[in-house]
Amino acid sequence: MLKRAFKTWFLWELLIGLSVTGRYLFKKKITVEYPEQKTPLSPRFRGLHALRRYESGEERCIACKLCEVVCPATAIWIESEERDDGSRRTTRYDIDFSKCIYCGFCQEACPVDAIVETQEFEYACETRAELYYDKKMLLANGDRYEKQIAANLAADARYS
Amino acid sequence: MTPIDMAIQAGIWALEILAIAAPVALSVAYITYFERRIIGWVQVRQGCNRVGPAGLLQPLADGLKLFLKETIIPARANKLLFVGAPLMSLVPALIAFAVVPFGETSLFGIWDTPHVMAISNLNMGLLYVMAISSLSIYGVLMAGWASNSKYPIIGSIRSTCQMISYEIAMGFGLVTVMMLAGSLNLSDIVHAQAGGILHWYMIPLFPMLIVYFISGCAEVGRTPFDLTETEELVSGYHTEYSGMWFATFSLAEYGAMILISLMTSILFLGGWYAPIPALDIIPGTVWLLGKSAFLIFVFIWFRATFPRYRYDQMMRLGWKIFLPWTLGWIFVVGLFIYTPGLDSIIDFWLAWR
Repeated sequence: MLKRAFKTWFLWELLIGLSVTGRYLFKKKITVEYPEQKTPLSPRFRGLHALRRYESGEERCIACKLCEVVCPATAIWIESEERDDGSRRTTRYDIDFSKCIYCGFCQEACPVDAIVETQEFEYACETRAELYYDKKMLLANGDRYEKQIAANLAADARYS
Repeated sequence: MTPIDMAIQAGIWALEILAIAAPVALSVAYITYFERRIIGWVQVRQGCNRVGPAGLLQPLADGLKLFLKETIIPARANKLLFVGAPLMSLVPALIAFAVVPFGETSLFGIWDTPHVMAISNLNMGLLYVMAISSLSIYGVLMAGWASNSKYPIIGSIRSTCQMISYEIAMGFGLVTVMMLAGSLNLSDIVHAQAGGILHWYMIPLFPMLIVYFISGCAEVGRTPFDLTETEELVSGYHTEYSGMWFATFSLAEYGAMILISLMTSILFLGGWYAPIPALDIIPGTVWLLGKSAFLIFVFIWFRATFPRYRYDQMMRLGWKIFLPWTLGWIFVVGLFIYTPGLDSIIDFWLAWR
């Protein structure tokens, strides 16, 4: 009874609350200040897509269209033709990133590891048209990020 | 007095007013900055640190934004009162600073006796502050009524009730200070507390310090008592305000917060005196502003810590707890002063005997 009165009149609970916030005032801040600092990304991170090539420079894609079929958002658009050497190749490979949901099914479906998702996620742009990537742009992505893609596939290889 | 003398005197007054009003406006801007940083730190965030070095230009950016925003006056509002209400709440918050003594100076030995640094060293200073700070209620009431809208009127009625209720506890709390100091002059009250921390009124009047400061929170309408500006009321009496007129309300709120902090330091924490007389070599103004800065920090700390009161809880605290405590303390102090035997204890703090 006396203890309770003491606690009430000396605002004990309020002082405890103040001490808690006072302690948190000096704690290390957990904010990641994005443009300067970035959180680590998993090798499985699903970002911007890329079309890969073999070391010879030959593009990997064989126009099997499995990715087009599996794509739940129908964001992939493929047309193919027979090339002069008799192999089947894509004449058109477009991905509309305003439709893509980054599920990674295309990467899983691909039998030759041609279409992959990179760890690149900073490609914001000002118009929807800029989000429409054609085959040339995707191949360029593949050339640019090949090292990163290969390292990530190697890191993930024992689980797939 | 010749006209030239009068003109010089008016110029000096204008400079004095400017010397207090401009720092108040500037510190209001930076209190908002520190409020955001400190609440951020308490929540393990960074707070605003983007605009300028460590975010120090953020208040300027905010001010610019508020200047450029459109001022919307609702079509069915009473235009005169709608525009007058923010001024009505800002002006009392600023003119109350007229009697606040910021320290004592002999101007590096030029004057023989130290002068009190206040625009007006009024003999009724304490009463003046109480009277003027009550006036800001009119601004709130006018804002709520002139908006011609439901939530502002509810918010302004709540605000008014809250301010009036807590002013009573505040006023009675100050009566005890008056009883000890024997004066209403703020500089005399500070002089009565000279001679180290033991002479400060926070020792004999500790419950009154708590009551005064918490009532100050309620008077300004800050966090534990910001139920008048809740989301439930769509931010209360300034729902319809935007742009610069809205900023004027928050300027008034933060100005009143500075005033409450200064008054608490002057009345209970020894004003411009250092806790140990030996430390009085540091200018008194630094001590006063330091104490006030700490109290402003406590205001922000409260905001980062406490959930807000419900309306009935707020009324209960004001009328059933603070009012009896202040009245009881007046009785106790009076008992100590006039009972033979007990008066030797309180004589330590009694300046007028």
